[in-house]
Amino acid sequence: MSGDIGLWAVPVAMLGGAIRVSTPFLFVSLGEVITERSGRINLGLEGTLVFGAMAGYAVAYHTNSAWAGVLAAALAGSAFGLVHGLLCSLPKVNDIAIGIALMLLGTGLAFFFGKPYIQPVAPDLPAINLGWWSDLPQVQAALRVNVLFLLGAALAVALAWMLRKTRIGLTLRVVGDSSDAARALGISPARVRIQATAFGGALAGIGGAYLSLFYPGSWNEGISSGQGLIAVALVIFARWSPVNCFFAAMLFGAAGALGPALQSVGVTQGYYLSYAAPFVLTLIVLILSSSKTGALTGAPRELSITK
Amino acid sequence: MKDGRAPSPSFPSEGGGSLSRGLDEVSPPPTKTGEAGKAVGIETIGMTMRFGNFTALDDVSIRVKPGSFHALLGENGAGKSTLVKCIMGFYHATSGNLLIDGFDGDVKDPKDAHAKGLGMVYQHFTLVPALTAAENLVISRADVPAVIDWAAEMKALTAFMDAMPFRVPLGEPVHRLAAGEKQKLEILKQLYLGRRFLILDEPTSVLTPDEADEVLGHVAALCKAGELSVLMISHKFREVTAFADEVTVLRRGKHVGGGKVAELSHQDMAAMMMGDAKPADPAPRAETTGETVLALTGARAADRSGLKQIAIETLQVRAGEIVGIAGISGNGQMELMEILTGQRALAAGGVTVHGVPYAATRAEERRLKVRYLPEEPLQNACAPRMSVAENIGFRSFETGRAKPRFWLAPGAMRRRAEALVADYKVKCASIDSPIASLSGGNVQRAVLSRELDGDVDLLVISNPCFGLDFTAVAEIRSRIMRARNSGTAVLLLSEDLDEILELADRVLVMADGSLVYECTAAEADIPTIGHHMGGHA
Repeated sequence: MSGDIGLWAVPVAMLGGAIRVSTPFLFVSLGEVITERSGRINLGLEGTLVFGAMAGYAVAYHTNSAWAGVLAAALAGSAFGLVHGLLCSLPKVNDIAIGIALMLLGTGLAFFFGKPYIQPVAPDLPAINLGWWSDLPQVQAALRVNVLFLLGAALAVALAWMLRKTRIGLTLRVVGDSSDAARALGISPARVRIQATAFGGALAGIGGAYLSLFYPGSWNEGISSGQGLIAVALVIFARWSPVNCFFAAMLFGAAGALGPALQSVGVTQGYYLSYAAPFVLTLIVLILSSSKTGALTGAPRELSITK
Repeated sequence: MKDGRAPSPSFPSEGGGSLSRGLDEVSPPPTKTGEAGKAVGIETIGMTMRFGNFTALDDVSIRVKPGSFHALLGENGAGKSTLVKCIMGFYHATSGNLLIDGFDGDVKDPKDAHAKGLGMVYQHFTLVPALTAAENLVISRADVPAVIDWAAEMKALTAFMDAMPFRVPLGEPVHRLAAGEKQKLEILKQLYLGRRFLILDEPTSVLTPDEADEVLGHVAALCKAGELSVLMISHKFREVTAFADEVTVLRRGKHVGGGKVAELSHQDMAAMMMGDAKPADPAPRAETTGETVLALTGARAADRSGLKQIAIETLQVRAGEIVGIAGISGNGQMELMEILTGQRALAAGGVTVHGVPYAATRAEERRLKVRYLPEEPLQNACAPRMSVAENIGFRSFETGRAKPRFWLAPGAMRRRAEALVADYKVKCASIDSPIASLSGGNVQRAVLSRELDGDVDLLVISNPCFGLDFTAVAEIRSRIMRARNSGTAVLLLSEDLDEILELADRVLVMADGSLVYECTAAEADIPTIGHHMGGHA
């Protein structure tokens, strides 16, 4: 085998790209699913993602352990989530506005604290070669799967199970669907929402750590290209289902990999346009999933955008 | 719960004394489900509740014997909800006692009341719409396991359902259940939780007569079997007479009468409820004939869920006639209203007013003299935080000259508002106070004053008297009748069959998005209409 597989390189590269690029989408959207299922929207996850990337990279560099970095990113993320959750529990505070403020705060703080870490090299997260069975270097490259991707896929299934079969899941759905019913059951909606937002923040932080510790694999200020925001749209597309989030993340990952994949086979025309594919896809998805008359099916009824 | 005056926490929230709430308070174990003959009786002794200077409840003593079905009557603001909130522990009575089965009740908070076997079914549903009936039942329990074994739970729930006189599909999400089924599920939930004394707050306000009779019949049977005692807040004498054993009437916080239902006539009960207040006499119905004003032909539109269709072959309303559309909530009345107000696009067919195609633009409404009184006018016909004067001015603020005004004329707006407020007896602190601060009946009057001001050829009304008390209801109905007598075509959509039968010249029944039955007021027969409402015809 020569390794030249012609135009087949594009779908193979897109599959590989989907696996590589989708992980941050997956984590952020899973976190946002849990937050939105509790009846809140956290738009600040973009900021959480960037801060998580910085914090994860910095801690991994200092401790020389990538996993310590992931843990730090999760903690930083849950702190952001906690701030969002607590602020939104105050009377007359709007979750969208707080989300935008926290998005700006997160990126700002990440740039401020992250300046010294642009040069140094931190350890990478390990990857598993699932492409050992193939001789083709393209396939091998595509199937070099990061552990976090597998964790994310497992988490999607676990969260779906949790929502259906556990007390916590049922409580979360009650709160997201009707504050009044929750209070009548003796559940404090604010408390559940704060916890759900903190959990969502932690997942977004892990998504950020993946960016800086695996792909692209270094910390710089342009590390995120709006994944945090796209992931919020993705949750609507996935109809608030964790398992759907996995497939939606794969789809967006593949769209994100379109540009580099086309370039690798020599298609350079419309280079910037193919890089914009995820954003175009976001718009298309939101238009297709919009409805002029009915309310969104499956949307938690307490969500401020669906009220 | 529209008492309005009480500075209360919103009702389902568990106000008061929640700090001390803990597991140790659940000490008396709730009576287990399935045990027969365990009805709990309660008694209040001289219960008084004051909020500042205002006495909401004044020395009220009532006794609900175990296994009895007790009705609680009273106008809005009579203290009914204050009384039941005191019983359930939402409030702590200023003075007086509650006895449960003859012993000191000492209910600390709602949770404590639940533990002692007291339960309440609220006027609005407290079920979680997205959850299935089974999930709703399980999550309402105090001891939900961390991981739920659905196979075992379903088995237990099915066994529980089999022991009950009525059942609800367990696997359906609640938002897909009909109102009657939701109400049954609310009552089943209380029984499932082992509550043996139930307060039902206007339990049939969203049900058809058939559904109401079925639900209350089952509840009465449970009472007779000694499984349950019930205290039911109601406005409907018919239901009180048909199902309750005893009745208590409250007026202005005081116990003004009561006794065995069998010994009291509707007139007796109405007299006790109203005291000296006289409702406006129903306006006489004048003979009128007119030409067709509103006509709908072959109208098709999607319903709210987008899954079903609203299909109205023909609907005509003539001048000087009230056409009443009866139906259970959620059978397309809301969508029909939206079609007529231009909020919902038609897929086929058309609406004409005076023979002219009508799309409900502001210019058309003005030219063809079409006015609306939607249900819940505070949400649907007002800007709640704007003042009464501004809200009354919404129809007229830019008129009065050849060209539409650019600058408002605040003086003229105020004078108009003052005149209408006086004419329609809208009670408000000032016409500058936000309209949201008015009580339901006064919001209704204010909106009606705006909509009936000037010449009106077509008036479309939806549930105009929902949640209002006797006097307000009588007055609003007489206004509608007067509009009819002066030649207005009136289309009345209402879930209250009594209201339709009182007002309408022609009665139509809407079920499943279509008009399925028509009769004149003279031919109207409640059982027949009820069957069509339920879609059983």
